[in-house]
Amino acid sequence: MTEKKTPLLDELEKGKWPSFVTEMKRAAVKSESAGELLQVLERSYVEHRGHWKHGGIVGVRGYGGGVIGRYVDEPETYPNVAEFHTVRINQPSGFFYNTKTLRTICDIWEKYGSRLTNMHGSTGDVILLGCKTEDIQPIFDEYSEAGFDLGGSGSCLRTTNCCVGPGRCEFACYDTLEACYNITNEFMDELHRPMWPYKSKIKFSGCANDCTGAIARSDISVIGTWRDSIQFDQAAVKEYAAKNFDIQGLVCDKCPTKCLTYNSQAQELSVVAEDCTRCMHCINMMPKAIKAGKEKGASILIGGKSTIVQSAFMSSVVVPFMKMEVESDFEEFKDLVRRIWDWWDENGKSRERLGELIYRVGMGKFLRECEIPAVPQQVFRPRANPYVFWQQDDLDKSGTALDGSKL
Amino acid sequence: MAKLDQGPPNYKEMLPPIIKENYGKWQYHEIPQPGVLKHVAESGAALYSVRVGSPRLVSIDFIRDICNLADQYCDGHLRFTTRNNVEFLVSDEAKLKELLETLSAQGYAVGGTGASISNIIHTQGWVHCHTPATDASGVVKAVMDDLYEYFESMKLPAKLKMGLACCLNMCGSTHCSDIGIVGVHRTPPRIDHEKLRKTTEIPTLVASCPTGAIRPDPKNKSVVVNEDKCMYCGNCYTMSPAMEIYDPRNDGIAILIGGKVSNARTAPSFSRMVIPFLPNNPPRWPEVTEAIRSIIELWIANAHKGERLGEWIERIGWEKFFSLSGLPFSEMLIDDYIFARETFRTAAGFKY
Ligand code: HEM
Ligand code: HEM
Ligand code: HEM
Ligand code: SF4
Ligand code: SF4
Ligand code: SF4
Ligand code: SF4
Repeated sequence: MTEKKTPLLDELEKGKWPSFVTEMKRAAVKSESAGELLQVLERSYVEHRGHWKHGGIVGVRGYGGGVIGRYVDEPETYPNVAEFHTVRINQPSGFFYNTKTLRTICDIWEKYGSRLTNMHGSTGDVILLGCKTEDIQPIFDEYSEAGFDLGGSGSCLRTTNCCVGPGRCEFACYDTLEACYNITNEFMDELHRPMWPYKSKIKFSGCANDCTGAIARSDISVIGTWRDSIQFDQAAVKEYAAKNFDIQGLVCDKCPTKCLTYNSQAQELSVVAEDCTRCMHCINMMPKAIKAGKEKGASILIGGKSTIVQSAFMSSVVVPFMKMEVESDFEEFKDLVRRIWDWWDENGKSRERLGELIYRVGMGKFLRECEIPAVPQQVFRPRANPYVFWQQDDLDKSGTALDGSKL
Repeated sequence: MAKLDQGPPNYKEMLPPIIKENYGKWQYHEIPQPGVLKHVAESGAALYSVRVGSPRLVSIDFIRDICNLADQYCDGHLRFTTRNNVEFLVSDEAKLKELLETLSAQGYAVGGTGASISNIIHTQGWVHCHTPATDASGVVKAVMDDLYEYFESMKLPAKLKMGLACCLNMCGSTHCSDIGIVGVHRTPPRIDHEKLRKTTEIPTLVASCPTGAIRPDPKNKSVVVNEDKCMYCGNCYTMSPAMEIYDPRNDGIAILIGGKVSNARTAPSFSRMVIPFLPNNPPRWPEVTEAIRSIIELWIANAHKGERLGEWIERIGWEKFFSLSGLPFSEMLIDDYIFARETFRTAAGFKY
């Protein structure tokens, strides 16, 4: 254990929010690497700069990713974190755990690693933060033995993630936990052996509240929805009214399509179902009185990504409604993503995300070649320019000669 | 022998009995007090989830502590949220009060529900990444300490979700947050030609630059950087240790606000830059905590009930936001990247 001082970091042990410095110090009681990490970080606080390097291929047998190499820039000064790699462990759907499983994760990590983790990384994995190259294979072997598997890294299907869904949310329009588990298992090879132009992410949200941020953070965003009308429990509406809840002001006035009407005399709600865009607002406000429709499924949106390279993209609609049923083993969805990935793999340049490829070559080409029908739900509004790339093969090419005569 | 491709642990083995019994049959939920969600199923069964903030960077000792609590009060069941909170799943109402008392006595942060500030999604920063322009955990700690009252209460106009990314790769979901904190480098990489010749494959380095700012310099057996094209992303440093990007005097933080991912009421939207640069001032980043607090206080004072930060600003207009906030506007806040035109005001109506 190093006894060196960390006055700047110590400052961050004060205050009400739980302190990561306290956590690092706890780990450092039994881990020399965690102790040295504190020293490196204190130095960053003094110097206003980082001290980590990238590079050097690390991994486990049979896998192309799941471990990320990390090295300190002054290995002589900090020998215990000279190699300080990240291991990504695929989390259970919905981040549900029993304590036995969590303790197993801790016990194995205690043997080899820094005792530090991120619960969880932004993509979803359990992040084990800091181990030596020589320990990576034994770490994997032990986790594997205990029933865990690696998450994704590199140009692969990244670890999928889902919202809490039917496990604990009355809004879920399909089984996000099972979809995530089933579909992850289907695509093990894509997840563990990077072979694509770049990374691809899938996130499953049970409704348009989109608690996983699927629309912003995944190439393929699966967002629960329904096709028929929202349902009311008028007795419950009256209960809200009795509690002086402002149904008109807080619910109806904020309905984006103005399709929801409150009759204050009868204390009843009604809706023009075909005008409702299923935005979730009214349901969020009055969960006891308003429910999603009965014909449930998901909208599939694609192309979302963060800023690099062509700025941030939000996913956009490609399939307005798809059944997401456990009984059919999510076949329709799996077929669709296979077609999309194949097309991207064939056409994408290195480090080109799906959304960027579509932006480069056109949505029309994408839809045609992936055999997805064009429908008005895919756009806010149609194009304003006449620059259509007509499919020449579809036209009457019997033609006209140069002198204007018929051929 | 290690098994390959066995996939994640099966969530079904992780669910508490009350969830197995009421799976997909939840009827409604309430928030009886900040930090506690009550989900009621069609069967009448009630599940209490107690939400506790975590610094995300946690030791296994922390995980074992929460396991002990979960064993004691939740028959060994808990979960985490996408925003790195811990949720204790209490199916026995009698144990709820005890758990809350224990948590309070042991100094856990209970809150983050409803119209509150939840945990800040964040990245690695100086703790564990190679291109950070700022720290992640430290800034988050400073901001959450400062705003703690809004974590443990539900008195905001609406929920407020924050994200922090320590460089413009934006690993965190800052680009669609109510408030995004983004580390920014502002100077091009410094080339160590000697080191570059020894360590780097030049074609891969050249290809690594998203804007094509790096050209080979065969005479020198090295590269040159076209500084006008560089947007300081640090990708080249990922490829070559000879391309140092960090710059203590010029690295810092930008603030982007008004994004959201939910579809409720309005379409999901990106966060927009309102402060191009604030200095790195560890350990407490006072300039950053003050700037964020003033934005939040302005929103509290002016928004309608239920209006997220971006919805409020879109209603009054961004130009009005700048006059109300007194934040200086400059050409740095006007987009000059690929989709810039979408943000230009192609209409003659506006406010002052
Ligand atoms: C070329 C640009 C990028 C580079 C060089 C980069 C680099 C990295 C590195 C080195 C890490 C590992 C940090 C560590 O644990 O040591 C990381 C993590 C991560 N990256 Fe990126 N990244 C890039 C772009 C992106 C983009 C565009 C996204 C999202 C759409 C993203 C999402 C993530 C996520 C979710 C993590 C896990 C972060 C966490 O949970 O701490 N990255 N990135
Ligand atoms: C501009 C070029 C590069 C960029 C932007 C880049 C970016 C990244 C990112 C973002 C990660 C983290 C992956 C994740 O989030 O899971 C990563 C990991 C890694 N990179 Fe790179 N990288 C580049 C070039 C290279 C090169 C040329 C090599 C090797 C010759 C390399 C080797 C690795 C290794 C071994 C890992 C960890 C394992 C993995 O994620 O597959 N990188 N890189
Ligand atoms: C985040 C990392 C990277 C980004 C943002 C990036 C971005 C780009 C961009 C914008 C182009 C120009 C494409 C065009 O306009 O035609 C390009 C071309 C290229 N990149 Fe990358 N690149 C990255 C990483 C890499 C890596 C790691 C390699 C190889 C190891 C690579 C190899 C190439 C090659 C060979 C080309 C030229 C191919 C072509 O023009 O089609 N890139 N890259
Ligand atoms: S996305 Fe919808 S279904 Fe999923 S947890 Fe959030 S509100 Fe519930
Ligand atoms: S879901 Fe949204 S659009 Fe539909 S009725 Fe409710 S508030 Fe209106
Ligand atoms: S945002 Fe940038 S510095 Fe931070 S973890 Fe991601 S790549 Fe690293
Ligand atoms: S910092 Fe980014 S933009 Fe600048 S030269 Fe390096 S890779 Fe190119």
